[in-house]
Amino acid sequence: MTNHWVDIKNADLILIMGGNAAEAHPCGFKWVTEAKANRGAKLVVVDPRFTRSAAVSDYYAPVRVGSDIAFLGGVIRYLLETGQINHEYVAHYTNAALIVKEEYSFADGLFSGYDEVNRRYDRSSWGYELGEDGYVRADETLQHPRCVYQLMKTHFDRYTPEVVSRITGTPEDRFLKICEMIGETSRPDKVMTIMYALGWTQHSVGSQNIRTMAMIQLLLGNMGMPGGGVNALRGHANVQGITDMNLVTTNLPGYLGLPGDDDQSFEGFMDKRALKPVRPGQMSFWQNYPKFHVSLMKAWWGEHANADNGFAWDYLPHVDKPYDVLQMFELMHAGQMNGFLCQGFNPLAAVSHKAKMSTALARLKYMVVMDPLATETSEFWRNFGEFNPVNTRQIQTEVFRLPTTLFAEEDGTFTNSGRVIAWKEKAVDPPGVARTDRRIIAGLYLELKRLYEEEGGAYPDPIVHLHWPYGNPDEPSAPELLREISGRALQDIGDIPAGRQLAGFGQLRDDGGTACGNWLYSGCWSAEGNLTARRDTADPSGLGIYPGWGFAWPANRRILYNRAACDTQGKPWDPRRAPIAWDGSRWSGPDIPDMRPTAAPGEQVSPFIMLPEGVARLFAGMNDGPFPEHYEPFESPLGYNPLHPDQPAVTSNPAARVFANDWASFGTARDFPYAATTYRLTEHMHFWTKHSLANAIVQPSQFIEIGEALAREKGIANGDQVTVESNRGEITATAVVTKRIKPLRVEGRTVHTVGIPIHWGFTGVANKGYLANVLTPFVGDANSQTPEFKAFLVNIEKA
Amino acid sequence: MQVTRRQFMKLCGVGLGSSSLAVMGFSPTELQASVRQFKLARTRETRSTCPYCSVSCGVILYTRGSGAKNAKAALVHVEGDPDNPVNRGTLCPKGAGLMDMINSDSRLRQPQYRAPGSDQWQTLSWDEAITRIARLMKDDRDANFMEFNDQGQRVNRWNTTGFLASSAAANESGYLTAKTARAYGMTAVDTQARI
Amino acid sequence: MASMQSLDIKNRSATSLPSPSVRSHTELAKLIDVSKCIGCKACQVACMEWNDLRGPVGENTGVYDNPQDLNEHTWTLMRFSEVEPDDFSFEWLIRKDGCMHCDDPGCLKACPAPGAIVQYANGIVDFISEKCIGCGYCIAGCPFDIPRLSRADNRAYKCTLCSDRVAVGLEPACVTTCPTGCITFGTKEDMKQQAVLRIADLNSRGYDNAGLYDPPGVGGTHVMYVLQHADRPGLYHGLPEDPRISPMVGFWQGITKPLAIGALALLAMASFLHFIKHGPNVAEEDDDAPSRDKTRDRKEESSHVE
Repeated sequence: MTNHWVDIKNADLILIMGGNAAEAHPCGFKWVTEAKANRGAKLVVVDPRFTRSAAVSDYYAPVRVGSDIAFLGGVIRYLLETGQINHEYVAHYTNAALIVKEEYSFADGLFSGYDEVNRRYDRSSWGYELGEDGYVRADETLQHPRCVYQLMKTHFDRYTPEVVSRITGTPEDRFLKICEMIGETSRPDKVMTIMYALGWTQHSVGSQNIRTMAMIQLLLGNMGMPGGGVNALRGHANVQGITDMNLVTTNLPGYLGLPGDDDQSFEGFMDKRALKPVRPGQMSFWQNYPKFHVSLMKAWWGEHANADNGFAWDYLPHVDKPYDVLQMFELMHAGQMNGFLCQGFNPLAAVSHKAKMSTALARLKYMVVMDPLATETSEFWRNFGEFNPVNTRQIQTEVFRLPTTLFAEEDGTFTNSGRVIAWKEKAVDPPGVARTDRRIIAGLYLELKRLYEEEGGAYPDPIVHLHWPYGNPDEPSAPELLREISGRALQDIGDIPAGRQLAGFGQLRDDGGTACGNWLYSGCWSAEGNLTARRDTADPSGLGIYPGWGFAWPANRRILYNRAACDTQGKPWDPRRAPIAWDGSRWSGPDIPDMRPTAAPGEQVSPFIMLPEGVARLFAGMNDGPFPEHYEPFESPLGYNPLHPDQPAVTSNPAARVFANDWASFGTARDFPYAATTYRLTEHMHFWTKHSLANAIVQPSQFIEIGEALAREKGIANGDQVTVESNRGEITATAVVTKRIKPLRVEGRTVHTVGIPIHWGFTGVANKGYLANVLTPFVGDANSQTPEFKAFLVNIEKA
Repeated sequence: MQVTRRQFMKLCGVGLGSSSLAVMGFSPTELQASVRQFKLARTRETRSTCPYCSVSCGVILYTRGSGAKNAKAALVHVEGDPDNPVNRGTLCPKGAGLMDMINSDSRLRQPQYRAPGSDQWQTLSWDEAITRIARLMKDDRDANFMEFNDQGQRVNRWNTTGFLASSAAANESGYLTAKTARAYGMTAVDTQARI
Repeated sequence: MASMQSLDIKNRSATSLPSPSVRSHTELAKLIDVSKCIGCKACQVACMEWNDLRGPVGENTGVYDNPQDLNEHTWTLMRFSEVEPDDFSFEWLIRKDGCMHCDDPGCLKACPAPGAIVQYANGIVDFISEKCIGCGYCIAGCPFDIPRLSRADNRAYKCTLCSDRVAVGLEPACVTTCPTGCITFGTKEDMKQQAVLRIADLNSRGYDNAGLYDPPGVGGTHVMYVLQHADRPGLYHGLPEDPRISPMVGFWQGITKPLAIGALALLAMASFLHFIKHGPNVAEEDDDAPSRDKTRDRKEESSHVE
């Protein structure tokens, strides 16, 4: 979230699209009901189903699964057409004025630079035009035909309300009504927030779904505003923290990068990452990159990371390609992976295309599962009849299952999706001889270290030299690790004596004088102590900022880009919602400024300091295009892209990665005529709470939701058993026939939607059921590789 | 006259007969109406965070036992933390049912091993588990660690064993996982955050 | 241990001795704002957790309501209704069902077991299970069809409004947990004031008939609803339009009160049996039959308005 949970209470309009906050995040949703009750805010829900969020909304519109970009693209067109944008904001805080290279083009659904063989774009033509001074050229009148604003206008001109309605199935009047409501928030004193989750990410165009919304928020001037922003609600309690620690294939903690194969020197890599400003006077904060990187290397390899060896440059692995979850299972499936360690993750259920996952796991030599619960993944080899029809004898994978603690049985921190890091204490001992993940990870490490010291082996240096300064080496404590993450001085730095915890990333150095495990978290355990354990319930501004509760990264800032909450003169757009303001000598206010505190408005330092332009990007170098474009899901009920009906190459996202063997696993509308989507129910959390009796009681068994019209067509009555089939498998469950799913008119034909709640499986105390990913396709978003769980094709019959 | 509850019931026979006696003012003290005992009266409160979605609600875990060495603490109740600015004491149905997750029959209690082709688990000690896993990891790493790629570039990677990390683990666990996995040279490291 | 002194008794079943009444008391109430309810069932789970209730894992029968009905392990239940209040609108109305804690409680009036049902001065109506004789009259007496008999111990159960929590100054478990603030708790006066604000907000959003459900036929309740369509409570899974205690209960009370002596009380009870469709023995064999019938009736009722 760019903002945070409590901040939703400051919104005037709340859009829930690509998510279902009432069901998936009920306690966060309270701030929606607060905004409605206390400031008369309106709630709009756009969803293929009339969800429990819709049940308490002021306005609802249906949308076809996988057509969100068409809907949002239509909103952009409406805003530009009617001029309902914050002009000052757009001209000065976005790249609307910047001029794009002449080589850039868009035709027949493809942007310039497309490589059809590798399904990849060469993005070089999407850059800016440089002036003689070396900086990017700009036209603040926004009239230049190749300025981003004009290109954007042309790009979205095709998304008329009629076209939007034809693609999305949203009735035109409902679409326009929502456009009107959104348009009103272009006023400086009106703010909209957007709450989305996996309903936007789990698509082959997932990242562009979110980008389109971010563009809308920028056009309206809602980014950086209390009550505004683009807010990813996210899944697990610490999904934000684990992302920040960057257990993500190509990254290091704090969103630093792992080198690629071509990055062959420390200096070259630092140069590439420390981006220089491309517009005059901008901060381009990533210029500090070497400080963060070197401090991390000091935390990991201590004295073995020094200026002479490029701060342990050789110790880092180089990535030849992203090894995301899909890639990993593709390799396993191809027999190119031998071992797999699985920590608190149930991929057999959670990753797409169960049959492929199951085969992949069976081709491993060994698998190690660390989990508090008996997951399906840990028992993938066991035959559970129709739910898991495997041949146990033939599965040669050896499996270790290690019992771990649950949250209540260990201390440490979680980071919520509002980026607030909060400390928790241990309450009870774990059952049996279960151990913390820390202890298991340390145990494996120390044993490997011993083996490498005794036997030698392949490149032992990074292992035997790993910095391991923990009081109890067998189980590094959470406080020790959090202090390491937060960072300390290794030598006297000014008045900071060696050994002292640092106050923040501003004190980090690129000469090896500081160690810091994650620069974003720097200062969370300062010389003052553990700031994540703070429990001050004071909210002096009334904006819900709670500056003394825990610690928000970065620098305890609660609203990102908050400089953009003020106009170019430093005056708040809305004085009642001012996280910071220019007080004549510095930026001050209830929040921590997202800006150099002394940068006077006259200096024209733009608010988006992490970008070398200093301004937010309406035009950006994503993998699949600088502007969002509607592409159909890989399994489309139409089978063509209504925007490019004669271009089969762009029916679906042309830059999405598809593994060669997976093309055949996609079905077509001829055999599988109904649009399907998977989702969560409020009574359950993924595949965990089926192990919790209370939750099993309130939502006991697997079901499929269909509308009354489809039920009539198929002769299905409420409560019947039905079989749902995709090209990858079939599941049987109880039918819930409902008025909440209506057939949609799309391109002149009727599209029915089949709703498939996840949550069931073959372990736990709830009734046994099928893993819903039996049905879903093995293709991901072109940028994040998040699987397309939210739009695919099925058939349904009475069982 | 003092009678126990059981005697009283016997005296009266069961059921309706009791009403007439009571109406006449005959009622043993044991049958005095009283609200249920307050079950948190002497429990310990521990502040924690719900492990489910990323609202990350504050919770209070109520445990029985004084904390003395001989007393094994047991969880008796979970309630939202009213001080937490986000959830202000509220919990959703998942959080409200946390006790059943912590005490679930599905909780794993000891290390287990499934041999190739076998249809059952066998238990093993932690030492045995760690030793055998580390051996498998080392053998795979030694056999497949790539110091240089085909172009002769130094790449120092081990991509034949993968690691999927948990988004439900604490930051400290995640950090330690990243630190060790990258030290091994692992490139196939990813997390639920992707999904 | 919390004794009765912490929750003074106003009325007890089948008892004619007057309760102490010198102290002044503040009536408490729970307000359920249906317009804020997201049907998440947190209240259901919190209720199960606090009261140590776990029923069997049931089945899905084509609806979100789980378990399908109130039972001895389910003292509160979310009832889901898909309704079309007028030609062009669709609403998914979700109501938390459970004991209404009537000011004039039919269950207490119908109960023949002395002190098995009590009404505290704060308005809570509580079942004292030790004294319950399992006759099921409270079910017949309840205009909202709430109490349920347990087959296992042949006693009736229902929401206590967490009398054990309220006794020590806490709010009921469902109130604490409710994620959206749909359930609130306080003095009845404060809850009525709050309802006024909520109704004004709903009026401003086009719900012209929004209103408070605090039915006078049972003397008002200590669990009240804010309804978007207060003119049609039946939309909310058959919430009674004008709930009243069955006249039979009144009759039974009328004759027993002046004749509060053993033999005649038994006689009166026997006569009361004639007025009840299913006597205690029948109720033991098929204890939830009457309630099931009622549920069916209500479903039909709500499908008429759909």
